[in-house]
Amino acid sequence: MQEFPTVAAISTSLGTGAIGIVRMTGPDSIAICDRLFRGRRGNLAEAASHTLHYGAIAEPESGELVDEVLVSVMRAPATYTREDVVEINCHGGPVAQQRVMSLLLAQGAGLATPGEFTRRAFLNGRIDLVQAESVAQIVSAKTEAGLRVAMSQLAGGLSREIGSLRDDILGVLASIEAGLDFSDEDIEGMDRQATGGSLTGIAGRLQELIESAFVGRVLCEGVRTAIVGKPNVGKSSLLNALLMRDRAIVTEIPGTTRDTIEEIINIDGIPLQLIDTAGLRPAGNEVERIGVERSRRAISEADLVLCLFDGSEPEDDHDRALLTSVPMDRTILVINKADLFRGRQPRFNRGLLPAEPVVISAMTRHGLSQLRERISGLVLGGALPPLEGPMVTHERHKQLLEQSLSALGRARQGLRVGLGEELVAEELHGALTALGGITGDEVVEDLLDRIFQEFCIGK
Amino acid sequence: MTIAPSTDGDIFDVVVVGGGHAGCESALAAARMGCSTLLLTLSLEKIALMPCNPAVGGIGKGQLTREIDALGGEQGLNTDRACIQMKLLNTSRGPAVRALRAQTDKKLYEDSMKRVLCATENLRILEGSAAGIIVSRETITGVELDDGSRIPAKTVILACGTFLGGKIVVGERRFPAGRMGEPPATALPVSLAESGLELGRFQSATHPRIDSRTIDADRMVIDPGDEHPSRFSRFSQGVLRNQVPCFLTYTNERTHSVIREHLHLSPIKTGSVSGKGPRYCPSIDRKVMNFPDRDRHPVFVEPEGRHTGELYLQGLTTSLPVWVQELVIHATPGLEKAKLMRPGYAVEYDYVIPDQLRLSLETKRIANLFLAGQINGTSGYEEAAAQGLIAGINAARSVMGREPFVLGREQAYIGVLIDDLVTKGVDEPYRMFTSRAEHRLLLRHDNAHARLSPLGRNIGLLPQSRYAMVQEDERALEDLLQWLKSTTVSPTPELNKLLEKKGSAPLTEGQAAAQLLKRPEVCINDILKNIGVSAPGNAGPDIMARSEIELKYAGYIDRQRQAIERNRRLEDTRIPPGFTYLDLEGVSREARDRLERIQPATLGQASRISGVTPADVSVLSLYLKERHDAMAD
Ligand SMILES: Cc1cc2nc3c(=O)[nH]c(=O)nc-3n(C[C@H](O)[C@H](O)[C@H](O)COP(=O)(O)OP(=O)(O)OC[C@H]3O[C@@H](n4cnc5c(N)ncnc54)[C@H](O)[C@@H]3O)c2cc1C
Ligand SMILES: Nc1nc2c(ncn2[C@@H]2O[C@H](COP(=O)(O)OP(=O)(O)OP(=O)(O)O)[C@@H](O)[C@H]2O)c(=O)[nH]1
Repeated sequence: MQEFPTVAAISTSLGTGAIGIVRMTGPDSIAICDRLFRGRRGNLAEAASHTLHYGAIAEPESGELVDEVLVSVMRAPATYTREDVVEINCHGGPVAQQRVMSLLLAQGAGLATPGEFTRRAFLNGRIDLVQAESVAQIVSAKTEAGLRVAMSQLAGGLSREIGSLRDDILGVLASIEAGLDFSDEDIEGMDRQATGGSLTGIAGRLQELIESAFVGRVLCEGVRTAIVGKPNVGKSSLLNALLMRDRAIVTEIPGTTRDTIEEIINIDGIPLQLIDTAGLRPAGNEVERIGVERSRRAISEADLVLCLFDGSEPEDDHDRALLTSVPMDRTILVINKADLFRGRQPRFNRGLLPAEPVVISAMTRHGLSQLRERISGLVLGGALPPLEGPMVTHERHKQLLEQSLSALGRARQGLRVGLGEELVAEELHGALTALGGITGDEVVEDLLDRIFQEFCIGK
Repeated sequence: MTIAPSTDGDIFDVVVVGGGHAGCESALAAARMGCSTLLLTLSLEKIALMPCNPAVGGIGKGQLTREIDALGGEQGLNTDRACIQMKLLNTSRGPAVRALRAQTDKKLYEDSMKRVLCATENLRILEGSAAGIIVSRETITGVELDDGSRIPAKTVILACGTFLGGKIVVGERRFPAGRMGEPPATALPVSLAESGLELGRFQSATHPRIDSRTIDADRMVIDPGDEHPSRFSRFSQGVLRNQVPCFLTYTNERTHSVIREHLHLSPIKTGSVSGKGPRYCPSIDRKVMNFPDRDRHPVFVEPEGRHTGELYLQGLTTSLPVWVQELVIHATPGLEKAKLMRPGYAVEYDYVIPDQLRLSLETKRIANLFLAGQINGTSGYEEAAAQGLIAGINAARSVMGREPFVLGREQAYIGVLIDDLVTKGVDEPYRMFTSRAEHRLLLRHDNAHARLSPLGRNIGLLPQSRYAMVQEDERALEDLLQWLKSTTVSPTPELNKLLEKKGSAPLTEGQAAAQLLKRPEVCINDILKNIGVSAPGNAGPDIMARSEIELKYAGYIDRQRQAIERNRRLEDTRIPPGFTYLDLEGVSREARDRLERIQPATLGQASRISGVTPADVSVLSLYLKERHDAMAD
C-alpha cells in the first residue's frame, strides 16, 4: 500500500452534539497524538487496536492542559482509511477543538483537504467508487433521513442493485451475442418475445431506481424552494420567520469548508433548500426586468415555489404576470401581511387565484403552521416511498441510469419492429456502458465469461 | 559463420523467425516495402502449414483476413487460391457480423504461399533453427542458430507459434514437440527469458482425422457451401467452382457415455496437460463434463484437401488416449466404421506475455525486436497473420526511421486485437470475437477496403494497381448512393403490393429511394425492380449490398462516430515515452504498477488497462497537463 502523509481535520458529529472530534489518519498519527496525550494508562503506542483511552491533551512544552478527551486508537488496516487512525473526542467546544488541531499541526500532521479521508479510503481500496461518492454525500447530507440513505448506499445497496441489473442485462446480451459470434454452432437463436419480456422487467427496475433519485436528492440536498413575489411583498420576512422557528441546521463536517456551509429549513423532517431570490431592490424598469428574469429562473430550478402576494394592496400587473408563470402543481399561493387586514377581506382580489391561498403574516407569524402543513403535504403528497432499498442520490448517477434506460427502450423497440440482433445488441452494449460509468466495470470480459458459462461453444 | 544478404558487409534489414501464418505475412510485408529480408524456418516443407482445421475465416476472424487483404497482405489471396468451399456466415443476421469462412486444400495453401514467398524480391528463405537472440545495449542485433552461426540484423521478428518449449500430450503419452512430428524450440525460450522477457504457458488441442472412404455420408447432413461463393480478396481473379462438400453429424448419448466412462483417462482428470487452454475451443471431454444436459454436440466433418483422403472431425477435439478416441468416433452416427488416420492431440507451449509489447508489436525491453502470432498468446491463423503483417510493416518502418504504424480500435479489428493484447494481456489463448469490437457496426467485412486500403497504399505496401480498384469501388458506391438519394420511388400498385407482402406500410406518395431503403424489410432489388432500371454506373452486387448497409445503418453509424469523437481527446492525448508513474500521488498503487508496466501510448490506452479507474485517468490527465504546461513555460 502506498504511504500517504499523516493528516488531521476537525469533524463535528451531525446534529448538535457537544462533543467535537478531531480525526487524524496516516502512519504517524498514533505517534503524533502520543506526544500530546496524557493518559492514565501509559502510551498510545502500546494500545491495542480499536480501544478507547481517557486522558487529556496538553501543550507539550508548558504542560498546560488544553482539554479533557477520549482518544480512540484504530490500527491499519481495519479502519476507514486502511491507515492508522486516531480520533480525539474533545469536550471543550469549538475553541478547544481548534487548539487541539493546531497542536497536531505543530507536531507534524498536515491539514486534511476536503474529502481527504474518503479519498484515502477509496485509493487504499477500502471502498468502491459508488461508496466513495456516497460518503461525499454523507459529508453533505443535511438531515437524519438523508444520512440514513447515504449510509445504506455505503453498505453497498446501490452498488448491489446496479450490479444485479447489470448482471441481468449481461445475461440477455450474452444470449444474443452467442448467436452472433457462434451462429455456426448448435445454439438456439434468440427468442424475441422472451428477450423483450426480460428487458421489460429490467427496464422497470431501472425506472424505479431513477424515480428514487428525486427522493434521494431531496433527502440529501433538500427540496429546492423558491420564494417569489413582487418587491416588498415580504419574501425576506417570510424566510426569516421560517428560520426563526426552525433554527437552521448548520453543520460543520469533515471535508467541508466554512464557505460551503448552507442553511436549511427543516419542516417536519423535510429539508428545504432556499433558492435565493430575495434582496432585489428594484429601481427603474431595467432592474425590474432583471428581477423578473431572476425569479423566472428560480422557478424553473425549484421543486417547490412559494408565491407571495401582498394582501394589504390591490393586485397589480406584476402579480398577474407572476400567476401565469408559476407551475401550479408545485406552487403554494400565499397572501401575506394578514395583520394589516385582520378579520377583513384582503384588498387583494382572491378571485384571481386559481387555488386556495394560505393567508399569513410574516410579521406576527400568523398562519405559519398552516403554511408548514401545506408544504409538507405537497412535498410528501403521500408519495414519499419508505426509506429502504437502494436510492439514487447523485445527479451523475441518475443521468447514467437514464441513458441506460433509454438504450434499453430502444432495444425493446428494436425487438418489436424486427430490427437486426446486432442492432439490439448495440443498444444493450450502450445500456451496460452507461451502468459501467457508475460501477466502473468493463463489459467484454464479463460478457465472454457469461457466454462460455451458459453456452456450449467450441468445435 | 555469418549469414548476410551479400558479401560486402551488409546485414539484413529484417530477419523473420518462423514460416507460419504470422511469419509469412511479416516476411512478405517487409520485403515488399523494400527491406532486405530473411525468412528463417525449421522446415521448408511446412511453410504456412495449418496444424488445426483446414479453414480460414469465420465470424470475427474473417474480418481480420479481409483487413489483411485491404492493407496489402497475402492471407486473403492465398485462401482464395486454395479454397475448396466458401460460405458467407450470418447471412440471416446483420451485415456487421457477416463474415466469410473458407475450407481450403491444406497442401495447396502451403504450396501457393511458398510459391509467392519464393517469387518475392528482397526475400531470402533459409531452413534452420534459431537458438537465441543477440542483444546489445537493449537493442537486438541478430539471431543465433543452433549450429552456432549468426545472422546479424537491424530488426528481428519472432513468429515461432507453438514451438517454444512445446510438449505434446496424447492420453498418457507426453513428449517434447512443436507440432506432431516436429521438434520443439528449446533453446530459444531460455534465451528470451535471459533477455528479461516474461513467459507464460498455454495449451491448445487439435482434432482427430479419419479416412474419407470410411464414413457413412447418408447419416449426416451434407453442407455444400454457398451457391454464389464470394472471394476473400478484393483482388482475386476468377470464381470458385467445384466446391467440395462438408458434412455435419452430432454426437449422441452413446458417444457421451463412452466419454464419461473414460473420463479418468482424460488430461482434464489426469492433469497431464499444464497451461491454460481456450474456453472457446473446449475438448469434447470437457463439453460432456460441463454441459451434462446437452444431449448432442455438433461434429463438422471437413475435407483436408482434394488430393488427400483425410477428413477433419471438427468438434471432437481431444487428447484422450488413441484407443479411446476411436471408441468415441465409432459411437457417433455416420462414423461407426471410420478409420482413424491421425489422432487428436494437445500441445502446450510458452508464450511471451504480450503486455510487454508496444502497439507496434516491438518489445518494450529490447528495441527492434518484434513478436507476432501465437508467441503472443493468441490462437488462430487469422490472428497470427494480422499480427505478422503489422510486425512486418513496423520492422520495415523502423529500418526506414519512420513512426510506427498503429491502427486504432475504431479503425480495424486488427487495432482491437493488438490493443487488447498489449493493454490487457491475456489469460487464455486470445481469439477474435465481434463482441470484442466496441465499434462493430463500423468495422465490417464489406467495408474493410474502404477503411484500410488508403492506409495500405500510404505506407507503400498496397500496390497502386490494387488501390485503383478500391478507389473505383468507392466512386461507384458514392454514385449509387447519390442516385438513390435523388431518385424518387412512386407509389405504384405493384410496389405497394410488394411492400404489403413484406409486412411494410404502403407508400402514399413518392419517396426518395434512399429513404425507402432504410426500412429493414426493403432491399435494393425491390426498388430497382419498381423503377424498372438497373443500378446506374458500374455498381456490381457487392456495391449494391454496401449501399444498402450504409443506408440502413446510417443512424447507428452516426452514433458510433459521435462516441468515437467524444473519446478523441483521450485517444489523442499522448503520454511521453519514459513517463514514470511510480510516484504519482492520487493514483492508486495498483494502477501505478499497471501503468508503469504497460507504458500506455495515450490516455485512451491507459483508460483501458484493468485496475485503472476513471478517477485514476483524470488524475493522470492532470499530471500530463501540468507537465505539458511546465514545458511550455
Ligand atoms: C495442436 C494445435 C492445436 C491448435 N488448435 C487451435 C485451435 O483450436 N484453434 C485455433 O484457432 N488455433 C489452433 N491452433 C493454432 C493455430 O495453428 C495457430 O494459432 C497459428 O498457426 C499460429 O500461427 P503462427 O504463425 O503464430 O505460428 P505457426 O503457424 O505455429 O508457425 C510457427 C513457425 O515457426 C517455425 N519455428 C518455430 N520455432 C523456430 C525456431 N526456433 N527457428 C526457426 N523456425 C522456428 C516453425 O517451423 C513454424 O513454421 C492450433 C495449433 C496446434 C499446433
Ligand atoms: N405589516 C406587515 N408588514 C410586513 C409583513 N411582511 C413583510 N412586511 C414588511 O414589508 C416590507 C418588505 O418586506 P421584505 O420581507 O423585505 O420584502 P421582500 O419581498 O423580501 O422585498 P424585496 O427584497 O424588495 O423583494 C418590510 O418593511 C416588512 O416589514 C407582514 O406580514 N405584515
